Amino acid sequence: MTGKLNLDPALVAQARDLARLAGQPVVEMARTHTTVSVERAVLRLGGLNGADSDGMPWVNRLADAVRESVGLEHGVAVPVWDAMLTGGYPDLLTLAIDAGAGLVKFRIPSGGEADAARETARRSVKNGLSRIDAQRRERDRMLAATSDPPMPWIYLIVATGDIYEDIPQAQAAAREGADIIAVIRSTGQSLLDYVPEGATREGFAGTYATQENFRLMRAALDDVSRELGRYVRLTNYASGLCMPEIATLAGLERLDMMLNDCMYGIIFRDINPVRTFIDQRFSRQVHARAGIVINTGEDNYLTTADAVDAAHTVVVSQLLNEYFGREAGLADGQLGLGHAFEINPDVPDSFLLELAHAQLIRELFPEAPLKYMPPTKHMTGNVFAGYLLDAFFNLCGVMTDQSILLIGMMTEGIHTPFLSDRDLALENVRYVRRAAGNLGASFRPEPDGFVAQRAQRVLAESVDLLRTIGAQGLLTAIAEGTFGVTKRPPDGGRGLDGVVEQAGEYYNPASELLEAKP
Amino acid sequence: MNLTGMVRPYGDTTGDGRVQLSFTLPVPFTGETERARAEGAALQLAAKMGMDPAMVVHAKGMGPDFTFFIVYGRVSHLVDLSAVTVTEREFPVLASSEVNLRIRSALGRKLVVVGACIGTDAHTVGIDAILNVKGHAGEKGLESYREIRVVNMGAQVAVPDLVARAAAEQADAVLVSQVVTQRDAHISNTQEMSAAFGAGFGTQRPLLVVGGPRFDPRAAHDLGVDKIFGRGTTPREVASYLVHVLAPQEQEGAA
Repeated sequence: MTGKLNLDPALVAQARDLARLAGQPVVEMARTHTTVSVERAVLRLGGLNGADSDGMPWVNRLADAVRESVGLEHGVAVPVWDAMLTGGYPDLLTLAIDAGAGLVKFRIPSGGEADAARETARRSVKNGLSRIDAQRRERDRMLAATSDPPMPWIYLIVATGDIYEDIPQAQAAAREGADIIAVIRSTGQSLLDYVPEGATREGFAGTYATQENFRLMRAALDDVSRELGRYVRLTNYASGLCMPEIATLAGLERLDMMLNDCMYGIIFRDINPVRTFIDQRFSRQVHARAGIVINTGEDNYLTTADAVDAAHTVVVSQLLNEYFGREAGLADGQLGLGHAFEINPDVPDSFLLELAHAQLIRELFPEAPLKYMPPTKHMTGNVFAGYLLDAFFNLCGVMTDQSILLIGMMTEGIHTPFLSDRDLALENVRYVRRAAGNLGASFRPEPDGFVAQRAQRVLAESVDLLRTIGAQGLLTAIAEGTFGVTKRPPDGGRGLDGVVEQAGEYYNPASELLEAKP
Repeated sequence: MNLTGMVRPYGDTTGDGRVQLSFTLPVPFTGETERARAEGAALQLAAKMGMDPAMVVHAKGMGPDFTFFIVYGRVSHLVDLSAVTVTEREFPVLASSEVNLRIRSALGRKLVVVGACIGTDAHTVGIDAILNVKGHAGEKGLESYREIRVVNMGAQVAVPDLVARAAAEQADAVLVSQVVTQRDAHISNTQEMSAAFGAGFGTQRPLLVVGGPRFDPRAAHDLGVDKIFGRGTTPREVASYLVHVLAPQEQEGAA
C-alpha cells in the first residue's frame, strides 16, 4: 500500500529499532524468571482443573504446595510429575488433593529420575497443547463452514454479570450485526491471583472469566454462527494477575481474540511491572499457538491524558506491543493494536487530528487488525450529541481502514446499554459504512497539508520518546510515570511475591514446546 | 421570570406541554397485526404516563421479540416550582482540574491519601474503584489527580499497620472500604480503626473516610469517622469532599 502521509521510511525503521532496543532487556528478564501464574498455566495444560470446596482452584493448591516444599525456581513440572511417578498417582487431581492436605513430599530429583519426570511432564503438557491445536483447526473449519465477515468487524460488548443472561444478549447482538462479542469481566477480576471456576451468575459490572463461562458462550455463538452463516468471534480479557492461565483457558475453549496489553495492568491496575512482563510473554506465546488475535489497550492512555498531547504515547506503546508480540511468536495478523477517538470535540480541527492519528497508525502497522475505540471521555450525557460524535468516529474508522470497530453507545457513561442503544448504534455504523465505506480510496490528504504534517509530527515525537525510554530503560521509564500519569516502580504493585528467578535447571515443558520451531 | 409558579414543558409555544420519549416494549413488530398492536401498546403506555394526545413518530422491530418507539405528545401535568425542594450537598462536586487547583493553592503541596481494606475483607473492588487510575463509572480514580499522592495498601490490612503507614506518609486522609458485613464486621472494624487513630494521633488525626455498600451514610459520628460514602460513589465525589474539608477555598473578599 502506498502511503498517504509521506512518512519517512527511515524514521519508521528507526522507531522499530528503538522499540526493540527498549524491549530486549525486558524479554531477557522474562526468559530468566517465572511466576506463579506461568507455573499454574503449565498445570492447566497438563490437564488439572476444578477447585476445592472453597472455590480455590486445584492449580493454586498444587503450585502453592510445591512452592512451600521445594520452591518454584525449578518450575512445577519436575517436582509435580516426579511425585506422580514415585507416588503412583493416577492423575494430577488426586495428587493436588493430597498435596493440598499436606500429604505429598515434593523433591527435585536428579539423573534418570529427573529425565523421567521431564519426559512425563512434556507428554502431559503436549496433550494440552494438542487440544489447543485442535480448537484452532475447529475455528478454521467453522470459518469455512460459515463465512468470515469483511472488515471492519463490528465489536459489541455484553456485561450483565450472569453468563446465562449474557448468552441471549450476545446472540441477539450477533443477529443484529455484531461480528465480535466481548464479555466484559467483573470489576477487579484482574486483581485476583486465581481464576474462578464454573458458570457464574454474579459479578460486579461484568461477568467472571472462567473456563466454563468461556465454553458456554463459545457454544452459544457457534449456534448463532451456523444460523447466520457468518462466524461470530468471541473476546475476553487476559490482562491482570492471571494472564498466562486465562490465555491457556482461552486457547482450550476457542476464544478468538483476547485483550492482552504489555503494560495495561502495570499502569491502570498497579500490578507489578516485572510480574506483568513475564506473564504477558508466556500468555502471548499461548495466544500465538492458539491463533488468537490480541487486542492491546492504548485507548486507555487517551482517557487519562489529553488525546492530542499524548498521541505519541499511543504510538510508542503500540511499537512496544508489536515488538513484544512478535518476539512471543505472534504474527502481524494477530496484533490487534488499539487506539481511540478521544479528542475533545471543542478543539478546532479535531476530526482532522483524529484522521491524522488513525491514518498514521494504519500506515505504521499495515498488516495489523487495528482495533479502534469510540469516544467515551467526551460523552456528556447529551445522547443526541453523542450519537453525532459516534457517527464521526465511524466515519474516521472507515476512511482510515480500521479493522475492528468497537461500536460507540450514545448512552456511554450513563448506564449499561439498553437494547435500543445497541440497535441505534448498529444503525449508525451501518449507515456510515453504506454511505462512505469506499471514501478511504478517494481520501488523499495533501502531501504537506494539515493531516500529513500532524501525522509526521506525532511520529517524530514517538521517536524522541522511544529514544528517552531506551536511554533510561523501560522499567525506569515506567517508574518515572512516562505512560499514563502514574509512577510504577519495579519493586511496587501487586503480584511481585509471585515472581521467581529461575534456577539453572529450571524446566518448563510448555515454554519448551511453545518456543520450538513447528 | 416567575420561578415559583406553575410551568409546563415547552415545545415551541408557551404552555404547549410537548415532550419526547423513547422506550422499548417486549412486543413483536413483525406482521401487520403485530405492528398495530405494538403501536397501540406504546400509546397506552404514553397515556398512562400522562401524555395526551400522544403520537408514535417512530417504531422499529428489534429482533423477533422487541419494538423500539419514539413518541411525541403533550403532557397534562403542571410543574409547581414552589414545591421543588433542592437538597444541598454539603460540598460541591468539582472537576479534577479544580480539585488540583484547590490543593495547589490551599496546601502548596500534594494531598496525601492512604487507602486500604481493613480486617479480613479481601474485596478491594470499592477502594480500587476510587483509587486506581482505571476508576469507576467513567471517572478516573484519585491516582490520576496530579495533586493527590495515593498510597493503596490493598486488602486485609491490620489496623495498627494502617495507623503506622498513615503516620509515616503524613497522610491528610485515610480511605477505608468495607464490603464484607458478616456479623457487622464492617461496623466493628470501622470503630476499631477510628479508636486506633484517636489513640495514635489525638486531635491531629488524618481525615477518616469509609465507604461500602452496607454503611448508613448518616452514621459517621457514631463510628468515629468524618464521612461515610455509600454505593455508587464516584472518585470525583470523594476528591471533592477531600478538598472541601482539607483545602478550603479562601473566603470571599479575602486578599
